[in-house]
Amino acid sequence: MGETTWRTETPVQQPASTARHSLHLVAPIWNLGTSGIRGLSSAVTPEGNQRKGRMLLQFLTDRFYDVEALRGYLFQKQVSKVHKENRSSTGIKKQYGPYIAGAYFVLKQGGAVKFQGKEWIRSTEHGYSPLQLLSFQAVPIEAVDASDCAINYEGLDNLLALKELQSLLLQRCPHVDDWCLSRLHQLANSLQELSLAGCPRISERGLACLHHLQNLRRLDISDLPAVSNPGLTQILVEEMLPRCEVLGAEWAQGLKLGPEEQSRDTASPIPA
Amino acid sequence: MFRGALWLLAGRGYVGRGLSTRSGGSTPDWTEKVSEIKKKIQSALPGGPWDPLYDTSHLPPEHSDVVIVGGGVLGLSVAYWLKRLEKPRGAIKVLVVDRDHTYSQASTGLSVGGIRQQFSLPENIQLSLFSVDFLRNINEYLAVVDDPPLDVQFNPSGYLLLASEKGAAIMESNVKVQRQEGAKVCLMSPEQLQNKFPWINTDGVALASYGFITSSSRMQTSSGKEMTLKRIHEVHVKMDHSLEYQPVECALVINAAGAWSGQVAELAGIGKGPPGTLEGTKLPVEPRKRYVYFWHCPEGPGLETPFMADTSGAYFRREGLGHNYLGGCSPTEEEEPDPGNLEVDHDFFQDKVWPHLAHRVPAFQSLKVRSAWAGYYDYNTFDQNGVVGPHPLVVNMYFATGFSGHGLQQAPAVGRAVAEMVLEGQFQTINLSSLLFSRFYLGEKVEERNII
Repeated sequence: MGETTWRTETPVQQPASTARHSLHLVAPIWNLGTSGIRGLSSAVTPEGNQRKGRMLLQFLTDRFYDVEALRGYLFQKQVSKVHKENRSSTGIKKQYGPYIAGAYFVLKQGGAVKFQGKEWIRSTEHGYSPLQLLSFQAVPIEAVDASDCAINYEGLDNLLALKELQSLLLQRCPHVDDWCLSRLHQLANSLQELSLAGCPRISERGLACLHHLQNLRRLDISDLPAVSNPGLTQILVEEMLPRCEVLGAEWAQGLKLGPEEQSRDTASPIPA
Repeated sequence: MFRGALWLLAGRGYVGRGLSTRSGGSTPDWTEKVSEIKKKIQSALPGGPWDPLYDTSHLPPEHSDVVIVGGGVLGLSVAYWLKRLEKPRGAIKVLVVDRDHTYSQASTGLSVGGIRQQFSLPENIQLSLFSVDFLRNINEYLAVVDDPPLDVQFNPSGYLLLASEKGAAIMESNVKVQRQEGAKVCLMSPEQLQNKFPWINTDGVALASYGFITSSSRMQTSSGKEMTLKRIHEVHVKMDHSLEYQPVECALVINAAGAWSGQVAELAGIGKGPPGTLEGTKLPVEPRKRYVYFWHCPEGPGLETPFMADTSGAYFRREGLGHNYLGGCSPTEEEEPDPGNLEVDHDFFQDKVWPHLAHRVPAFQSLKVRSAWAGYYDYNTFDQNGVVGPHPLVVNMYFATGFSGHGLQQAPAVGRAVAEMVLEGQFQTINLSSLLFSRFYLGEKVEERNII
């Protein structure tokens, strides 16, 4: 254990100031190492004191079983917290139907829901109460905005029951990974819009599962840090889903332009 | 006083060196000598592994509760679950022994790496379901607090099995069993297959089963002849490239040696007896060589390619973003290659694998083989399914081997089953009593109809 590289780590107590900082707050586990997450941590530079604190903690963990056990316990607690938030409420589903259960789940996590023919309902809005959902018992949900929510594989059960879902926004969700994408085939009949921008755990292997969604018309795969080759992935995804408009990395990203082409760069059309 | 003497020696040595030679290399020599002296003193003082004659820190310990022979994925899985399921923390001492720490011939590292739930035996389906669950939640099981999260690089694209007219009925009954156990499989006709994957040539295909990667963990929940029971007392671990060996006294031995499990079992005396008796029943696991080829095809199927197994037995999967594919085919009994070495036969690809691939996927008519390698299946010649659990006569040898090509995909679940057998005495979560050793003596074949 002689050489341990001191990585830039963001502590749990950082206040959520911007969208990117909120990502770190919600998923401190995933930000302990920066090797898989490029670009996000470079925007955040921890202060000297915090860095020293991290180094001391790591030093103690390497040498004392008690500290290691305590940190392991806290880690397990964080994991079980995410699990608890994603429990599926089968009681509500049985009594009020899948739409209310799905809406309740999304709103509890902090997202927004749009019933067919109605406006968006957000949990942070003034005057929202869960009881107003009861009036929408048989109304299907057509759009869900679960951005920045701690939804994971098990929590997706609630959304997969919504058979008329047309638009699903999962931007910057820290626990949505390739496995979750492999479950989305159940929404293939109705889903037309999907956004995965900024999810740190999605890689090109998960995007390969999206080919079941033949009705998809808009797909947003921009800013996925775990995708190894964004431009090439965009081309392959466009080939895989010919009727879908794929937003994401420009295919020319990462390519080096020759000297005579650099002047024409600003004028060249970039596929949106 | 001792410490003072040490400082005096060191100080004098330093001063002496400093005066005589002013080169930069003198100081590292001195620090090395001090660390050597420190090590010698530490080995003599109480607290360390003390042996007055020689330093044995490079040898395995003299006592261990469980010795696992074989350090591949199954052996390590059993070790992990033993430590995870033990009741008081630190109760069991586990030693994993492997003869090659580079794993150059181990089946684990050389495997193609597919995982599926499309088996015909319910136990196999349950094992795969739990293993997928383990892989999905691998960070809950194996994450270390300060290290970055683990990424298994798993491709959840699904598994596609094709069946010709003959196999269609078997496939349908298999799919029924799979659905009962909780796997999500969808049956497709040739037209539906053509719609979904336009790059397939559906000539000769009667039915296709596409398995989504499902992850779930369900709980599930019997001759008055005289027999001599034997016990293994010691395992002699011989060190690499030397004549040294360490006799490790142990309570249990777990045979997870993969392709060489048969030889390890013979060392324990299994199979030495008149044929037809329980003493004379050998462990029927032997190494079988299989080839894997890696090729590049620029017009090949796109990102959505599942792991595909053709009606002829040829299989392939996509690797990465660059139109690279891996695949192979299992030879028939007559064409079995000699398992003595891991040399690759490229003619096998030309004659037996490529024609089938090119027939099924016309784009593969022009491909370029980049590389190839060979690995061993720990082939169970009896019924191609794994052996799990204790031996009836050699009471402290447990098996976790013989999975004939699907060991990697079932390793986490098998490890848990063997750990449960060792710690509790019976299978708690998945009931693998049909995979015990006694079936070899009783002649009860537990056949898997979907072996690739």
